[in-house]
Amino acid sequence: MEPVIRVENLVKRHAGRGFGRRAPGFTAVDSVSFSILPGTTLALVGESGSGKSSLALCLACLERVTAGQIWFEGRDLAALEEKELRAVRPKLQLVFQDPANSLNPRWAVGKIVAEPLLVQARIAKRERDARAAQVLERVGLSAEYLERRPQELSGGQRQRVAIARALILEPKLLILDEVLSALDCSIQAQIANLLVELQRTYGLAYLFVTHDLRMAAHLADEIAVMSRGKIVEQGAAEKILRHARCEETKSLLGAASLAPEAIAAVRER
Amino acid sequence: MTRFLVRRLAHAAFLLLGVSLLAFLFSTLAPGNYFDEMRLNPQISAERLSALRAEYQVDRPMAVRYARWASALLHGDLGFSFAYNTPVAPLLWTRARNTLLLTGTATVLVWILALPLGVWSAERLGRPADVALSWATAVLLIIPDLTLALGLLVLAVRSEWLPTGGMVSVGFDGFSAAHKIRDVALHMVLPVTVLVAAALPVLLRHVRAAVAEALEVPFLRAAEGHGISRRRLLYRYALAAAAHPLIALFGFSLGTLLSGSLLVEVVMSWPGLGPFLLEAILARDLYVVIGGVLLSTLFLVTGNFVADLLLYWADPRIRSEAAGR
Repeated sequence: MEPVIRVENLVKRHAGRGFGRRAPGFTAVDSVSFSILPGTTLALVGESGSGKSSLALCLACLERVTAGQIWFEGRDLAALEEKELRAVRPKLQLVFQDPANSLNPRWAVGKIVAEPLLVQARIAKRERDARAAQVLERVGLSAEYLERRPQELSGGQRQRVAIARALILEPKLLILDEVLSALDCSIQAQIANLLVELQRTYGLAYLFVTHDLRMAAHLADEIAVMSRGKIVEQGAAEKILRHARCEETKSLLGAASLAPEAIAAVRER
Repeated sequence: MTRFLVRRLAHAAFLLLGVSLLAFLFSTLAPGNYFDEMRLNPQISAERLSALRAEYQVDRPMAVRYARWASALLHGDLGFSFAYNTPVAPLLWTRARNTLLLTGTATVLVWILALPLGVWSAERLGRPADVALSWATAVLLIIPDLTLALGLLVLAVRSEWLPTGGMVSVGFDGFSAAHKIRDVALHMVLPVTVLVAAALPVLLRHVRAAVAEALEVPFLRAAEGHGISRRRLLYRYALAAAAHPLIALFGFSLGTLLSGSLLVEVVMSWPGLGPFLLEAILARDLYVVIGGVLLSTLFLVTGNFVADLLLYWADPRIRSEAAGR
């Protein structure tokens, strides 16, 4: 099967501040390669500062990459101009970590969810509203939420709104950047299950960025462990859990709140 | 909304009352008054002097004078000028009009320049173009207004391109309408340039900082991810998200319309409030000074009030907060 996205030798170097050669810069992502098949999830796991969020921003085309290729729909996104990117963006959506600041507090939920349609195409307001109501229902929120403002919602409801906004453009790939970390434990499980369900319905591919190996094991088919900008270990979720080779993976396993055996049990359920 | 308005208006009235009381108090505490200097004039007899003092009621206690002045104010009467021997209000109004012509033009120009330049700079934050602009505004910021004004005057005198003072040329009354407008506009160039140069760096930096901060907010990055055009992102989304500090600044720039150009007016001999109030203070022309102070305060209060209304209109969060209370 043809992968949805194929990343080859991606490098993201942040320019240093200051003048000339005095500023060495900082390599956030260092020659990373992977691919994701349709309807599957790749979890990108790493400690904070390991470069996983930089990578997510690069894939969402919110940061320009320094080198390497991002093959998506037969085109190399890294080489596209901003204008050409506009046509590709709908197929590849990013959901942010904290819905408290990723939703415009001045707008009602209906406008927030319909906004990508407004940006992308000329669609009548009535149809935009209908589509917004539809997609809200898909994430488990009734149409009465259309008129609410984000600050009237709970954290879980806000993240549902953020997911609905990403879904309305009918993407093929969702980049989920720590989408569960800002939520309470019980809500985390609900949203995680919603994500699994949406994946089954729409055949979405996920790039699930997290520092939580337990959640990664629950959601992902494949896990890539990142450390200091590089992928240090990559493979099927079970394999990584049972036979972790790298020190980094082992330390992440230690940090996870469940023992490996328990995680495997969760996975097989 | 009504409660919000009433609260704001009450606040403004209270402030004006306080300022007028303080202005009165300080002018009473200050040594001497307009008539003390007359004593030195051998042509004015002691009887005439005490008659004048009684006529203008400067011999009465402060509380009585304040009460009379305040009750007159309620009828739109700002008192009497000792030096000009006419009511204060029309005098102030003519001068205020000239000042507003100057500051109004400068304020409009500053905003027209600062908004696009600030957005442009924020968009390329930290890149060479932005750094260069930052240095330029920093240089402009550290040159004192007075130096700038004097420097421009020297240039104007040397080059003879522009008139170097006042508001109109000799023989103004005989000019045609178009010629009159051209003449005033030419006289405005130098003072307006100084005012713009003084206000631009501060405003530009605020716009730049506010927009740069807004561009980092995840919901703007999300819009970017939806494929929004660059222009729409910057001017519709980022400026709206950055509106809060900018509206407050706008209110402040409205508020300083009457008081912001006093120094420049004195240096450039613009017939506005600046030279007029300076002269009144030196002559201890009591009611002119108090009237001037009160008028400036009124503008400051109105400016803030307008900013509050704009914020209320621009930000639904303030609206729901005000409604909830």
